[in-house]
Amino acid sequence: MTERLFEGADWDFHTLQRITDACEEVATNDLGLDVYPNQIEVITAEQMLDAYSSVGMPLFYKHWSFGKHFAYHEASYRKGLMGLAYEIVINSSPCISYLMEENTATMQTLVIAHAAFGHNHFFKNNYLFKQWTDADGILDYLDFAKNYVMSCEERYGRTEVERTLDAAHALMSHGIDRYPGKKKLDLRAEEKRAGRRRQHEEEVFNDLWRTVPKGASKTKSALSIERRRKLLGLPQENLLYFLEKSAPRLAPWQRELLRIVRHIAQYFYPQSQTKVMNEGTATYVHYRIMTKLHQQGRITDGNFLEFLQSHTNVVFQPEFDDPRYSGFNPYALGFAMMQDIERIVTSPSDEDREWFPDIAGKNDVMGVLRDVWANYRDESFIAQFLSPKLMRQLRMFHLHDDPEERAGIRVDAIHDERGFRRVRRELARQHDVGYIDANIEVVDVDLSGDRRLILHHRVIKGSQLNETDAKRVLQHLADLWTYDVALIEVDANDKVLREYVVSPRPITAAA
Amino acid sequence: MAIHIIDRRLNPGGKSLENRQRFLRRAKSLVQGAVKKTSQERDIKDVLEGGEVTIPLDGMHEPRFRREGGTRDMVLPGNKKFIEGDYLQRSGQGSAKDSGPGEGDSEDAFRFVLSRDEFVDLFLDDLELPDLAKRKIAQTESEGIQRAGYTTSGSPSNISVSRTVRRAMARRIALKRPSKDEIEELEAAIAACADEDERLVLLAQLEKLKAKSKRIPFIDPIDIRYRRFETVPKPVAQAVMFCLMDVSGSMSEHMKDLAKRFYMLLYVFLKRRYKHVEIVFIRHTDRAEEVDEQTFFYGPASGGTLVSSALQAMHEIVRERFNPSDWNIYAAQASDGDNSYSDGELTGMLLTDKILPACQFFAYLEVGESGGSAFDLSDSSLWTLYDRLRNSGAPLSMRKVSERSEIFPVFHDLFQRRETQEKAAP
Repeated sequence: MTERLFEGADWDFHTLQRITDACEEVATNDLGLDVYPNQIEVITAEQMLDAYSSVGMPLFYKHWSFGKHFAYHEASYRKGLMGLAYEIVINSSPCISYLMEENTATMQTLVIAHAAFGHNHFFKNNYLFKQWTDADGILDYLDFAKNYVMSCEERYGRTEVERTLDAAHALMSHGIDRYPGKKKLDLRAEEKRAGRRRQHEEEVFNDLWRTVPKGASKTKSALSIERRRKLLGLPQENLLYFLEKSAPRLAPWQRELLRIVRHIAQYFYPQSQTKVMNEGTATYVHYRIMTKLHQQGRITDGNFLEFLQSHTNVVFQPEFDDPRYSGFNPYALGFAMMQDIERIVTSPSDEDREWFPDIAGKNDVMGVLRDVWANYRDESFIAQFLSPKLMRQLRMFHLHDDPEERAGIRVDAIHDERGFRRVRRELARQHDVGYIDANIEVVDVDLSGDRRLILHHRVIKGSQLNETDAKRVLQHLADLWTYDVALIEVDANDKVLREYVVSPRPITAAA
Repeated sequence: MAIHIIDRRLNPGGKSLENRQRFLRRAKSLVQGAVKKTSQERDIKDVLEGGEVTIPLDGMHEPRFRREGGTRDMVLPGNKKFIEGDYLQRSGQGSAKDSGPGEGDSEDAFRFVLSRDEFVDLFLDDLELPDLAKRKIAQTESEGIQRAGYTTSGSPSNISVSRTVRRAMARRIALKRPSKDEIEELEAAIAACADEDERLVLLAQLEKLKAKSKRIPFIDPIDIRYRRFETVPKPVAQAVMFCLMDVSGSMSEHMKDLAKRFYMLLYVFLKRRYKHVEIVFIRHTDRAEEVDEQTFFYGPASGGTLVSSALQAMHEIVRERFNPSDWNIYAAQASDGDNSYSDGELTGMLLTDKILPACQFFAYLEVGESGGSAFDLSDSSLWTLYDRLRNSGAPLSMRKVSERSEIFPVFHDLFQRRETQEKAAP
């Protein structure tokens, strides 16, 4: 009989060590996971609130909006409206998991299995994270960002910095490269680059240049539209990148701030595309580890029941007419799909053999799952692996709501032979960031005229921008661009639906 | 693989404090409005207790490009009876509510909790300390005694034994004073010694040691140290606030409410300056009595009006319980201005001779009926009296109020720097 990891609910740091070792044993031997080194930190509820308000990161630059979130979370937490997460895990190397001190020993085991092995493996192996994030550099980069913002505040004043950051935050969701470029992001080098740039400026500074008379300005040959767009790298959907590189009147430090916000947005980009998979992986891993530990007799029946209770809560999926329903629960959907894959691999039905010839009956559950975890994102994962059985089990159906349709909302497809593929395609599309985010790009700059920046919003399925918010964001954009900005909403047939034009605010008025 | 387990619980807290303060600074005017609104609904002592405020989200909005409307497609779980091609009614149907809105974004108002200090700071943010405070600081100090090292002279009762013995020991060691053990050892050797010559040598040694130990005293006067004390000025950290109010029949509920608000502000203001604030409620008709807060504001009373009775009562309470050298005394009087004519002289005398010299601050608040502009009416008898005293140099602050909304400005007004008037104070 193997020794128990702990008795009852109490734990100390030796217990945590034993738990982690036990989890690691199962994770490596049974599941074949490949993880970053783990760092486990025990924190209090207040520290958890701190982490909430700075997007879960351990250090972050100072900005009022984080204070706002903190105040908001604190108020709802104090009133008991909101429970806190059991853990937060950070995609970094070493992979940092924050555990709440209030957790019982069982909960600590659960969250260590979930975060330190489940999420950790996903971070290290999923192609999106490999492509877009630099786990080794992120903490150093955040430290650099924090200090850089602070030094800017000292040099240029808090109001100025705050205004730039406000604007950058408003555009954050459009500060992302969606297609991998030539260079992999190296966040450690970023810091050195900024330092070198400043040093270079200081070295080559010579006040004499100011006194050199300027020659007659060169007459500009009229650029062809094609040439001009090419020079500016248009069309460009990464608005922050475009501003950083091309906004005419930004100071170097402002460009650097935009760059920082852009990098951070990029860092979180994979997370928004892999909610279902990420949580599904972590939930599946903790379920396997906990079950194994229970089988080995290392946790008691009572503790295992406690685990099952929280696990069941986590993977609860209310139905659409339940008042608690607020969309698909990524934990529930992810976990159900992982278990479903396990079923298909080990004991497939004829239907499964037909739908999933590649994996059905292959018997190597972990091999298949590890491959899935490494090479898919939510959209492709659902499109590929949502099985008819699971659709039936969750009784999925597809609604089509056309405002023009008088009769009401149409049930387009249900979980039957004819509907499986359509339901699956629609659900996959719901998880596609390409559909979720508004498709906005810079298309042109009127260089010869009033330097107006022209953006297009490609309207999909008649869904236009919220007017108040759009105007506010454009105001921020115009402030950075310092000339007029026009946003034109066009539909698929290039028909103009609406046009916004916003002029920058004079700087003094905003100060 | 090495696993690091780190206990972060002891890390300094308040990591978000800075962000929180930036947020408050940004939302200042909104929060300030909310604080004033919240404070209107509270009791005097509760007004300090921080708490939840609600501000309109609009001012603190973080905009993003958001899409809305258009044709929507959604996949939902939990189908029970629909088949392909069914139509669901749009209004009142039990289906498809919009997926959860982003946190807080859909709320009209933003709710959060202010700490006590934040609350009071915002509440009193734009108030200057009155010039009167300068006079007060001079007066609030009294002498206190505190230890201040050691000295070579002093009274025997202040001898520091440990310090003295320590110095004596150092001196004895330095001068090599023979210890008791050494002498005893030698004596034992002499007693045990058989050889006469050697005995004599040892005896001579003993004599020498004894002489030396006599020459070097166990405790010398130069070893003695006395504890030294010095007096330091100690600010008095306590204040008493007298609330005087006319409760005769002519005072309406509205007037009392105005008075209460004023007292509330004064209490908060004092509480920020002093560790300990006591409140004494004195209500009066033609005679005065000290009562508790409940009776003060809500207890029924009727009768004529003699202001001097309240002043007399206050004077007695001060004499009995609040020595002006130990307490900072603040008084605020609220009245509708009525006083019997014959009482004027006595009131004036009590005020100038007894009350004002003991007080840091005396405010008179004349409350009027809502709607009636206090300034149109001819001055009341009390106002006329106080006005005359003030013009002759008495340090009185006085204002008229008739609307709830005027209270804060008036309070403000009283505590703003007013060079001319306060210079006149003796």
